[in-house]
Amino acid sequence: MRETLNRDTAINLAILALLVATAIGAHLAGNGFTVTLATKAAIFGLAGVGLNLALGYGGLISFGHAAFFGIGGYVTGILASHASTGMPVTSLPFTIMGSNEMLGIWPMAMLAAGLAALVIGALSLRTSGVYFIMVTLAFAQMLYYFAMSWPRYGGEDGLSFYVRNTFPGLNTFAPIQYFAICATLLAVALVFTAVVTQSRFGLALQAARQNSQRTVAVGIRPYAIRLTAFVLSGMIVGLAGSLYADLNRFVSPAMMSWHMSGEIMVFVILGGVGRLCGPVAGAALFILLEHVLGGISEYWQALLGLLLLAIVLFAPGGLIGIVTRRGRHA
Amino acid sequence: MLLAEQALNGLQYGMMLFLMAAGLTLVFGVMGLINLAHGSLYMTGAFACAAVAAATGSFWLGLVASLAAAAAAGALVEIAVIRRLYARDHLDQVLATFALILVFSEGTRWLFGSFPLYLKLPAALSGAVVLPGGLHYPLFRLVIIGFGAAVAVGLWWLITRTRLGIRIRAGEADREMIGALGVDIARLYTIVFALGAALAGLAGALVGTIQSVQVGMGEPVLILAFVVVVIGGIGSIKGALVGALLVGMTDTLGKALLPGLLSRVWDASSANTIGASLASVLIYVLMAVVLILRPQGLFGARG
Repeated sequence: MRETLNRDTAINLAILALLVATAIGAHLAGNGFTVTLATKAAIFGLAGVGLNLALGYGGLISFGHAAFFGIGGYVTGILASHASTGMPVTSLPFTIMGSNEMLGIWPMAMLAAGLAALVIGALSLRTSGVYFIMVTLAFAQMLYYFAMSWPRYGGEDGLSFYVRNTFPGLNTFAPIQYFAICATLLAVALVFTAVVTQSRFGLALQAARQNSQRTVAVGIRPYAIRLTAFVLSGMIVGLAGSLYADLNRFVSPAMMSWHMSGEIMVFVILGGVGRLCGPVAGAALFILLEHVLGGISEYWQALLGLLLLAIVLFAPGGLIGIVTRRGRHA
Repeated sequence: MLLAEQALNGLQYGMMLFLMAAGLTLVFGVMGLINLAHGSLYMTGAFACAAVAAATGSFWLGLVASLAAAAAAGALVEIAVIRRLYARDHLDQVLATFALILVFSEGTRWLFGSFPLYLKLPAALSGAVVLPGGLHYPLFRLVIIGFGAAVAVGLWWLITRTRLGIRIRAGEADREMIGALGVDIARLYTIVFALGAALAGLAGALVGTIQSVQVGMGEPVLILAFVVVVIGGIGSIKGALVGALLVGMTDTLGKALLPGLLSRVWDASSANTIGASLASVLIYVLMAVVLILRPQGLFGARG
């Protein structure tokens, strides 16, 4: 047991080191495009880490996390566009001004995503199993259609903002500096997840996944625990959405589509469910596949589909499961 | 007059959703499987109908082809992939069927290209009929309502009055027991899955005549079918019918009436935008209300 734990830690550190080394290597070689790819992997990894908290540790199969990803993105886009026009976002009940400071935008994005997760989670967690999957999917789709039909912030066409938001002391336009921001936040989220899952709360969450009845019998209410995990998970994904919006300087309803929810789920599962760095490995592999398969064939998603099928059917532990030769939750 | 027309549109939309939701709820009720690729079978039906109708000039042959192609695709997928998933948890099912969507969508794009296809109605079914009260209404939409009603009656008959229906209900109740009694469960599951696929294919072909036939047409409908199943209760055909009609009516009437109602409060342009945004989320509000009052759905047995 001890030995496999150490092996997991070693693999976790190796994955992060590989990601950072790729970005730094590409930067030194003057290859900005690869740095941006690594940044994308870090952001998707962050989204996966967020979902993993609910999905992997809590056993809550949410097919609607794109909603939080999109909300984080839209908060960023809306604040940035108001900052450039100087008009307040709203003046009732109190005035919210636009902002182009990342340090101001991130908390707002996480707050908005967390509130949405609180409402969606409170309703969805009344159900379980296959209902939960469908209900989370449906609520995300509701927000997707709302974003499509709300013309103020671009509707179907999405919302562009022309200047990347700023971070004190850094030039966010330099690819390697923006990568550093994203990678640092990813590392913080990983440490946070590691601490949370080892805490009393995290143990209760995992106990509720493994055996809900026994958890109730020892006096823990699974509903409150799960809702907390769902909200935390939504907030992390909202932060990832904010970073993604800044990476592209563009938000659109596509960030909230069911396809995005599916992809975030794929990051988690490609890497290995309920493993700390699984989503990071999964996201990096996804970006790599997109790049490599996309170069081979226009129809690369079909190949991705076949690969996914093979992983689900024959390697349920995902990438890290193959390396550590253990199934998930072993 | 407008109201009557919109109510008929809602009924037609509801019937189409029922064709989708029936297969979904049947597969979940009997096999305990969540199938995201149901929308791909809908798309398969629509493309088969469009291709055969274009090649032969006969819409009816196209319709037969849509049933056959979707059922065949369903049976093939069940045997190759789905049957390995029954014993797995829902996460594996979601992921594997998500992967199937990718394969189906890209495969169809490869075969037919990205441009939408259009289905022509046979002359006998196009045009409008005059209904009592003087309302002119497209005949084909009435035909879709008729198809939906016929399928509802047919399914009821199949499930309650035939030997296959008895086996399906028994399979829902206790799969080990009917296996022990000598029923070939693997074959039964393939049949049920192909049946659901055929209904989805039929829905795709019918809708293809109203809208265009294109890659990705299945997913919006799939998600609405999920809403229907959540409202009606998983595994219940009756719930699927009631839920589908509720969703169809709410969506159609909401989109038609909300901007008008709101224009009494706001000026016309903001009433239009707010009305359209509200109408697009109305069915999800309906779903939330049902979840608060009855988390297991209107006709669901399981909590």
